[in-house]
Formats: sequence, C-alpha cells, structure tokens
Amino acid sequence: MNPERVAAIAGVAESDLGEVAPKTAMQLQAEAAREALTEAGLTLGDVDGLFSAGGDGFAPSMAVGEYLGIRPRYTDSTNIGGSSFVLHAGHAYQAIQTGTCDVALITYGSTQRSQASRTLGRAGGMRGSAQFEGVWGLPLPVGAYALAASRHMHEYGTTSEQLAELAVATRRWASLNPKAFMRDPITVDDVLASRWIAEPLHLLDCCLVTDGGGAVVIVSAERARDLPKPPVWILGHGESHTHLGISSMPDLTTTPAEHSGRAAFAMAGLTPADVDVTELYDSFTITVLLTLEALGFCGRGESGAFVSGQRTAPGGEFPLNTNGGGLSYCHPGMYGIFTMIEATRQLRGECGERQVPGARVALANGTGGVLSSAATLVLGRD
Amino acid sequence: MTERAYPVPDAVTQPFWDGVAEGVLRIQRCDGCGRHVFYPRAVCPFCMGAVLSWVEASGRGRVHAFTVVHRAPADYRDEVPYVVALVELDEGVRLMTRLVDVEPSAVAVDQPVEVAIQGEPRLPYFRPVP
Repeated sequence: MNPERVAAIAGVAESDLGEVAPKTAMQLQAEAAREALTEAGLTLGDVDGLFSAGGDGFAPSMAVGEYLGIRPRYTDSTNIGGSSFVLHAGHAYQAIQTGTCDVALITYGSTQRSQASRTLGRAGGMRGSAQFEGVWGLPLPVGAYALAASRHMHEYGTTSEQLAELAVATRRWASLNPKAFMRDPITVDDVLASRWIAEPLHLLDCCLVTDGGGAVVIVSAERARDLPKPPVWILGHGESHTHLGISSMPDLTTTPAEHSGRAAFAMAGLTPADVDVTELYDSFTITVLLTLEALGFCGRGESGAFVSGQRTAPGGEFPLNTNGGGLSYCHPGMYGIFTMIEATRQLRGECGERQVPGARVALANGTGGVLSSAATLVLGRD
Repeated sequence: MTERAYPVPDAVTQPFWDGVAEGVLRIQRCDGCGRHVFYPRAVCPFCMGAVLSWVEASGRGRVHAFTVVHRAPADYRDEVPYVVALVELDEGVRLMTRLVDVEPSAVAVDQPVEVAIQGEPRLPYFRPVP
C-alpha cells in the first residue's frame, strides 16, 4: 500500500434529504458544510480551498464562497456531471500536496424534487453536437443508459433479472439506513413488474429523484493529526472522460472508470481484491454493472453473474452501496458526493446496522453525464 | 406545448443538413487519414487534419444499440412507445436516430437498417432493410 499520507477526509455530512421545501439548495449546502466542519473540529475561517458544482449559477464555488464568507486560495467549480465531487477530492489532494491549500471544503445541494425541476429533454433549437442527438426524443439521462444496457445484454447475455438483483440488494442496504428515502423491501419480480421507462430499464432500475446535499472536508496530513475523528486517508485518485453524448461513447460497455480506477489503484498500490467496501454511483442498475467491470472487480461481461444471488446485499461477499445508493437512499441529481460520505463513515466504523465489519479500504466512484466521466477514490484508515 | 427540438446548423454542419434536405445522407471523410468522421467537425479527431471532405454515405448500417421509449420528454409523449437507436453505418461511424416502419418488439441489435429521411423537422430516420 502507498505509505504516503498527504490528505485525509476529516469531516462529512449530509443536509436534510428527501423533500426539504421550503429550504433552498444553498441552505442545504451551508447546513451540510457547517456540520462537516464541526465534525472536523474546524471553522469556516480554516477553509482555504473551496469546491462545488451544479448548484446556483454559473460559478457554484463563488456562490458558496460568498454565502459562507470564504475567500479561498484554491477554487474549483469543475462540472463533469455527478462524478464532479469525487474529482474535486482528487484535486483537493493535489492542492494540499503542493501546499496550495490546507483545508478543502466540497459541497453540493439540490432541491430538484420539491421544485419538480427535473426534465427528460430540452425543446427548441439544438446546437453543437446536440443538433444530432437532441432531436430524437431520447429521454435523458435514462435513455442513454438504456442504450448501453441493450448493448451489454446483446454482447454478454446480461438479463433484466440480473439488473434487478442489484436493485433488490441495494434496497436491502437502504432498509438498514434510517436516512434512506425508500426502505420497504422489494423483490426481483417487483423490479421486473415495474413499468418500463426506457427498455430495457424499468422504473425500479432507475435512481430516485430527491432533494439533498452534502459536504466533505479534506485536510493536510499535518492538520489531520489532531482532529476529533480518525482520519480517512486518500490513498489514490483518478479521473477521466471519454465523451459527452452517448452516440460518441467509444465502447458502450466500457466506462471511463477503466481509466480513473486504474490510476487510483496504481497510486494506492492496491488492487480491487484489497477493497473491503465499495460505493458506486448507481444512477441506474446498469451503471453499477458497467462500473464493476471497468474498475476490475470482475471481468468483461461478468457483472451480471457478479451481482446475482444477492452477493452485494447485507451479509453478502461484496458489500456494495451500503447506504442504499441513489436507487433507494437519496438522489438529488448529482450523487457523487454521497459515495465519499458513506465510504468515510464505513471506514470510521460509524454505520451501525449496516456497518461492514473491519472495513479498512474503501472505494468511491462517481459517474457523470451519460457514462461520460468517472472519478475514483481509494480510501483507507490507519 | 413547447417548441419541439430542431437542429440548428452551423458553418461546419450545414452540408449535412443540406444533404438531408435533398434526401441524401452525407458524412465527412478526412483527407489526411482517410477515416470517416461523425458528427461533422472542423478538425479530425483521429489525425488533427483540417481538411475534411463530404462524401455520400451508403445509408446502410446496423442497429448498434436501441431503447424503446415509454417515458418520453414532454414534446414526444404522444408518440410512445418509439425506438431510439444508435446505428453504426457501413462506413464505421455511429449516429443516433429513430427507427420507423417497424414494431418496437421486432427490433434487435445488429439488425440491418437503411436511412429513411422524413418528418418535420426533416431528419435521417432509419428503417429495417427489407
């Protein structure tokens, strides 16, 4: 294992989740930031690196900085979709390594559920590459993931039942998480009987639409020495993207997590076999299957068998999405930050009924766009 | 009802849409490396070549992936279920389209298809090769 200790996650928090009206997205971010900094034993005045994406306006880190009175030395509003926050953690590591900041704050917030702001497509004039993709009535993002699923099924014989196994296992984890939005058990038959959204994806193959936000605080090794919580070290990170629109995806069954994961594992000096608990962005069931393959947890085309027999459920051989994921816990539009929050809590041993016993190494992976971008973190505890 | 999505050509893509208006599917071929390129670009993503010539495509290809849409964007709700597909042309490029003249349940990956330009706005739909 990479012995270098550069940067650690020192505080994590969710905001209120589910339906939060009349709270605003900025309020969610501010409340989560306050809680995460408090958990880390820090204050707003300690923050000198600021990261956000997808929130208010054209420059989310500027909006959060203004609202919370932060004047950062390092700022990053990079938006590569729902993976952005995992990418931010990697950038925070680099900034801390070069001495550009000591305390990095990453935030996200959304009220997409209470505002009913989610749409499946845009109207009017389509420019740029969208003039070739935006004119066919493909519901986004679900339709793009359905296209990838159809290809995976064709190439490897993956079945709707196998996709459903993942949804069922994820719901079982959610039933152990008091904060999860959907906690009632479901069966494979329930998933298959749920209505089609975009074949081959059923309603229960799709993530939730909720409100919610979160914050993550990352500090230098020096700062990490005397914090209230045990440090969760960033051992490796990676990022990549391969396309913007689904018709330009080089291989519909290979996500850019192939590249981000390889980089993160190489930096950590670890392999997939070393990971005790895995948190993957599960926008759709197929997202998880493709990501498992891209990260090397199983071979090409083997993910359907890999998730079958409830292998990823509580008590199974491969603890996956232990908070209940975007499928059952919360999904406020850009879920990536929650993969890091849960991975951190698992490594600290704070997860109660859903705790993976003795977890020492965790992996968090965000996927953005339409399987377009990926960012991977390998995390470990002392 | 909002204004249903329509393509807005630009200087580089205009010949493609001119072709569609004439009933012809045109794609680019890079003068530098000889590879076909889609969507149209000013610079070849394979060899950085700056000269890309327009060629008439065969209009034939195969279904690379498809989805039957049941939950549609607002302007398309009256049309469900319909099939959106990625078609890989014989020239090797992939494009998004909708399949017509076929029951959704009869569509399969790798099925041979051909271009069928139609509609308002006029777009390059595809249909099964008879």
